[in-house]
Amino acid sequence: MDEDSATSEEASKPQDGRPAMAGHFEPASYHTLRDEHGRTIVALTGYWTLRGIDGRADALVSSLGRLGRGNDKVVWDCREVQGLDNVGALILWRLRGFARGNMIEVRPEHAALCERWSQRQAPPEEARAPGMRPLAALSSLERGLRSHMVDFTALVGQIVLDGGLLLRRPDRIPWKDISASIYEAGVRALGITALVGALVGIVMSYLSSLELRTFGAPSYIVNVLGLSIMRELGPLLAAILVAGRSGSAIAAEFGVMRLTEELDALSAMGVSWTTRLVLPNIVALAVVLPLLVIWTDAIALLGGMLAAHITLGIGILEFIHAIPSAVPVINLLLGIMKGSVFGVVIALIACHFGLRIEPNTQSLGVETTNAVVTGISAVIFVDAVFAIGFRGIGLP
Amino acid sequence: MNSDRIIEMENVSTRFGQHIVHEDISLTVARGEILGLVGGSGSGKTTLVREMIGLDQPTAGHVSLFGQRLDRIGMEALAELRNRCGVLFQGGALFSAFTVFENIAFPLQENRTIERALIRDLVYMKLAQVGLGPEVASRLPAELSGGMIKRAALARALALEPELLFLDEPTSGLDPVAAQAFVHHIQNLHDELKFTAVVITHDLDLMHDLCTALAILADRHIVALGAPTEVAMSTHPFVRAMFSGERGQRVFGAMAS
Repeated sequence: MDEDSATSEEASKPQDGRPAMAGHFEPASYHTLRDEHGRTIVALTGYWTLRGIDGRADALVSSLGRLGRGNDKVVWDCREVQGLDNVGALILWRLRGFARGNMIEVRPEHAALCERWSQRQAPPEEARAPGMRPLAALSSLERGLRSHMVDFTALVGQIVLDGGLLLRRPDRIPWKDISASIYEAGVRALGITALVGALVGIVMSYLSSLELRTFGAPSYIVNVLGLSIMRELGPLLAAILVAGRSGSAIAAEFGVMRLTEELDALSAMGVSWTTRLVLPNIVALAVVLPLLVIWTDAIALLGGMLAAHITLGIGILEFIHAIPSAVPVINLLLGIMKGSVFGVVIALIACHFGLRIEPNTQSLGVETTNAVVTGISAVIFVDAVFAIGFRGIGLP
Repeated sequence: MNSDRIIEMENVSTRFGQHIVHEDISLTVARGEILGLVGGSGSGKTTLVREMIGLDQPTAGHVSLFGQRLDRIGMEALAELRNRCGVLFQGGALFSAFTVFENIAFPLQENRTIERALIRDLVYMKLAQVGLGPEVASRLPAELSGGMIKRAALARALALEPELLFLDEPTSGLDPVAAQAFVHHIQNLHDELKFTAVVITHDLDLMHDLCTALAILADRHIVALGAPTEVAMSTHPFVRAMFSGERGQRVFGAMAS
């Protein structure tokens, strides 16, 4: 034991309620002697406590166990034991198992602890989880998938019902919640979408300008940038960023509200939480994501323009004038529409996973991650569907 | 430095911004004592206990644990002191991702001085000590009732054989029968393990049955300190309101009247 801990022990007193001799904390130890009848007496001394044993439990059990086994006539003398706790008593109990029938002398105040151990029943065997068989894994996958489908369908159905109710009772529409969600998911995302959009615009412009220069068609940079940003990159970038930002926020918020029974509290007050919590998020993202798409498009094009101006010498005004003729306006509209659909998809998925969070910390992390990963994957999947469905529209 | 004084608080004051919580509080807890810390909500009972464990620092004054000034010892020594304390948090604070078994085994494993087989035996013993069956071991905290959570949390607090136990409202949220059983359990454990304890409570029965001393916290000061029967006689308005109410009369009635 090092100096520090030695002094700390000096200042205190072990836990058996007896005053310790000042500065004395004896670790658990023992010595053997022989009495006149030829019996071996093992006298235990010191503190047979967690701190007194201090990691030597194994060594003590095995060395004392050897004594007990080798010689039938062993007397365990525990009268000099200064302190005893459950750990010490457990070790003694194990010894008694080795040296059954031999005498153990114990201080009366320690007897209760020893007694407790000797009466205790063996703990049940550790249940081992059976290994997953391939077929069982498949079936559990199927069950998981099915429960997701059922929950998701129920959520969508509930929202449709709520929407119908709100159409009949427009005074119940939660404008405040919608507005708060718009601010949270949209206004506060302006900075990050602008930064990412500008960087992607610059990189795209720079890379394509190298190619276009070798073909001798630098003015086509307008077509390349305009089409790719407005039709694909702008909506996708905005949606992926929002899925990461708002998807995780919505899922975690729902999860915690479920853990703290806030959802139940709302239901108990007769307030539909799908109307007050799920619906505002869906409406807000459906409204705000198209706006973010326009914003991201604009900033990305601005970044692209600047890069084109530097690398190809195309003037800013020249670039702006060329856009309408180079890119059919339907591409911009398609991008905005995609943004709205992405918003609904992201909000639905985030709410769905948020509501699946179970009351433990691990589940909170897992489902929040799932909400983001599934949200982003779904956005890309929906984008692919759009790309196929609208392949004949707006392209040169 | 008296080794019989487990906790010493000297002239402790606590302030959160403009709000003064404690002013000039001095308090000692002797070995083997069970001190009940009583006070209205917001009177800073939990803060006082957090300062005793060194989770919070008082604005002025100092706290000694096992004779060592908390503000003068390093992180390592503080961690070692905390190893000798067990804390039962109000909500249990069981790790929700762990089973009950893993929760109780956790401090033992972190201690790194006990081998696995011993830990298993110890965990099941702790469960039995707080009156839980072995079938509870594999459950998650979310699957337990309020009383079981308290018991499991007590088992975890007792895992490292603490010399000093902090109990934050151990009986709140329990039905009277469960509360009484819980107090009874703590009493038995105290007889057996002889720990020192600080109990935050509003439970008059608990104060009467379990505590060997009471400290009443009101108006930023400790307004009464002593054996429960003495404290019940105090003339301070808060103490009077607490002990001369109908329930107070029932529990402490014989001596207060």
